[in-house]
Amino acid sequence: MSTSSPLLSVRDLSVAFTQGGRTTTAVDRISFDIADGETVALVGESGSGKSVSALSVLKLLQYPAASHPSGEIRFRDRDLLSASDAELRRVRGNEIAMIFQEPMTSLNPLHSIEKQIGETLKLHGFEEKTIPGRILELLDQVGIRDAQKRLKAYPHQLSGGQRQRVMIAMALANQPKLLIADEPTTALDVTVQAQILKLLDDLKREQGMSMLFITHDLGIVRRIADRVCVMTDGKIVETGPTEKIFTDPQHDYTKHLLAAEPKGQPILLDEGAETVLTGEAVKVWFPIRKGLMRKTVDNIKAVDGVDVTVRAGQTLGIVGESGSGKTTLGLALTRMISSQGRIRFDGKDIDAFSFEAMRPLRREIQIVFQDPFGSLSPRMSIAEIVGEGLAIHEPGLSRDGRDQRVVEALKEVGLDPETRFRYPHEFSGGQRQRVAIARAMVLKPKFVMLDEPTSALDMSVQAQVVDLLRDLQRKHNLAYLFISHDLKVVRALANEVMVMRNGEVVEQGRSNEIFDAPKTDYTKALMAAAFDIEVAPAGVVSE
Amino acid sequence: MTDQSATLDGRTIPEGRRKRPFLSPLNQRRWQNFKANRRGYWSLWLFLVLFVLSLFAEFIANDRPILVEYKGQYLTPVFKTYSEEVLFPDDPLALPRIDFTDPYIQDAIHEAGGWMIWPPIRYSYRTVNKEVPTAAPSKPAFMFDSREELCTRYAAGAEDPNCTIGNFNWLGTDDQARDVMARLIYGFRISVLFGLILTGASAVIGVAFGAVQGFFGGWIDLIGQRLIEIWSSMPVLYLLLIIAAILPPGFWILLGIMLLFSWVAFVGIVRAEFLRARNFEYVNAARALGVPNRTIMFRHLLPNAMVATLTFLPFILNGSITTLTSLDFLGFGLPPGSASLGELILQGKNNLQAPWLGFSGFIVISVMLSLLIFIGEATRDAFDPRKTFG
Repeated sequence: MSTSSPLLSVRDLSVAFTQGGRTTTAVDRISFDIADGETVALVGESGSGKSVSALSVLKLLQYPAASHPSGEIRFRDRDLLSASDAELRRVRGNEIAMIFQEPMTSLNPLHSIEKQIGETLKLHGFEEKTIPGRILELLDQVGIRDAQKRLKAYPHQLSGGQRQRVMIAMALANQPKLLIADEPTTALDVTVQAQILKLLDDLKREQGMSMLFITHDLGIVRRIADRVCVMTDGKIVETGPTEKIFTDPQHDYTKHLLAAEPKGQPILLDEGAETVLTGEAVKVWFPIRKGLMRKTVDNIKAVDGVDVTVRAGQTLGIVGESGSGKTTLGLALTRMISSQGRIRFDGKDIDAFSFEAMRPLRREIQIVFQDPFGSLSPRMSIAEIVGEGLAIHEPGLSRDGRDQRVVEALKEVGLDPETRFRYPHEFSGGQRQRVAIARAMVLKPKFVMLDEPTSALDMSVQAQVVDLLRDLQRKHNLAYLFISHDLKVVRALANEVMVMRNGEVVEQGRSNEIFDAPKTDYTKALMAAAFDIEVAPAGVVSE
Repeated sequence: MTDQSATLDGRTIPEGRRKRPFLSPLNQRRWQNFKANRRGYWSLWLFLVLFVLSLFAEFIANDRPILVEYKGQYLTPVFKTYSEEVLFPDDPLALPRIDFTDPYIQDAIHEAGGWMIWPPIRYSYRTVNKEVPTAAPSKPAFMFDSREELCTRYAAGAEDPNCTIGNFNWLGTDDQARDVMARLIYGFRISVLFGLILTGASAVIGVAFGAVQGFFGGWIDLIGQRLIEIWSSMPVLYLLLIIAAILPPGFWILLGIMLLFSWVAFVGIVRAEFLRARNFEYVNAARALGVPNRTIMFRHLLPNAMVATLTFLPFILNGSITTLTSLDFLGFGLPPGSASLGELILQGKNNLQAPWLGFSGFIVISVMLSLLIFIGEATRDAFDPRKTFG
């Protein structure tokens, strides 16, 4: 660190939100500095106030609902908090640029990328003539191949990683001194995440930028940051050089965060366990129709001839990048969508069953969905949500009997049964996912499909949910089909793993064998990206 | 308009067992938002007061007393038509119906020591005032200079017992010497009731149609949409005129004819909501539990669509009332003699020398429609998940 004054200096910053007469303090007197060329990471779980802190640097919050009761933000010895709108506009995009989490919604879907980057350049005073050349230069810099051909592309024609690269190109357009990156890789696959992080790191070095990096992922922090600020409940509880934080954490919360990675071993594989569900050559093809007669000219092969076996008390993990067909396969096996190929459940061929014929089996085949905010009806109380399946599958049960079962199920997933008259919005993400699990468990199923059950949750909550799932499996001898892109979670829960890519199985086998000695390049790249945030050689994974 | 907004609500709920409150937290927030729109809130109360009062129109404006005491027996002419035999048991000329406005009858009651409680306005919407001070349409009472002038037609002039405030035509009479105030009260009631029934029935049909289309999609949706396109491209007004000319005019027939076309307005929004929400994760979760389609539609999807529908309702209600009024104005509406605001406006147009007809009709219609629109605005605010009041 240099002895001169830092590039950005935040002192005693507070952020408060006022809504309906209530004032909540989201950020409580935080202070941090960023020196020239330094990367500082703000780490914390959701609701810790890290994004709000970053947004207030450029005063991008919803004022006047948001306010700053105290604090000072000095950027090159100018106070940004008291700066006028005109002054701020000169700083935004020019000296401080920002990239956001969701590259799809940050780009205007109606304009080509050439126009969008060009607009940024024009706004900041580039001459009309020099703009096309500069756009190509920028796209080249952020690693978009064949930039000339991509100029006319619209955001939907690009992959998630490419979109994020375009966002970075726009942010770099005016060679900012500071780049604020708000969870720039959270919405991306691990393999793409590794590429984007490498790009950001390279660019930072080339251009001598500083970076404020907001993330919840400690793996990324370790890879990219020079210094770390750990945030919780709107306060910075610990600040220090990255290595020191990771090797010698002082604050309890930092220790807790570091210990939060999903741990533990899956139940040992038992090849002889009873087979619960099998799929033979399962195919899900979506036809592409063209022409006046809507003739099928081709198919999108979402799942293309996959064989699956799930045994009682065992977990089959399905991993792969987004678009690899893992969720589609799960939905086909649980007969939520139509498919071809033989599916056997509990000795019955269910692939030709109608919705009506499936109904009695629904209690034995349960699904836990990814998004705990979306999968619970906002208008039903917890008791109603958990009891809904009971009303269908055990119509003879009395009101009290049903209530009793709901209470048992809630206890089993570690929720206070007294809370069952509340509505989902009163619960945190982890609690909601427990409710979703209780909804599945109350019916005492044999087979549960878990579709990314942890990916919407904070790290420490993920670990708890994984432990809960493992306990339930042991107790009820459940068969799990565990779909996830998060290899750490899969390693902690699955004893068999299937790696999918473009609808086909790339590699399949015992979990420890796949994790310790992956055979195919694709699996290797996936592992490297997930565990070490390493970039794979070109062509092995998607961009 | 998802209900993720509910999560923004940071209210803390006391610990412990808590039964479901009368309003769910979400609805409580909506009610708060509704109240925050002061204009809509006061409009709601004003409208409710006017509407409830108009429901009791028979007790406010009627040519029959509310209660009559005669020789120890109590009569309630508001509810029941009495024969004159009740008053004169031995009279062979007794008429089948007592006309309490007849001075002869009034005298008989008073002579027997009885009494009558009259409504504040002693005219019903179809009562013809036989003692109009001037030729019909007659001016409103406040435009006359003296009691004498108002009561010239009564037998004893200003001294006549019937020369009371209840018998004055507060807002004048129409060209058939019927009291305008009474006709306004009844007209308001019939317009609002017509609007409410039509809106309610259209909502039920439209929501059902839109729900089925949106939920099942595919061919059902395609065919349904084409049918609706054909149906809604019919020239509704001409059809209304033609059908109204063939069928005998009446409240229910008119309602039926207008219902044929008005339900279409709801289909679009409900269908869109169902199309959007049928792939929500909690709907998929319900499917995975084996919940039957009908239950999913009612329990999980309908509440979503109700938000859009409720936001729409006040505006459809207004449209229905306006259509009824314009049909009445054109002479194709309610049967002749009914209390109708449109007919009052028509009279105003035909009797420009009597401006109180047009003005009073106009004011009542515009106040009624404005109140409903203000309520509609507040409803829209209430259901807007992004709306925050600082």
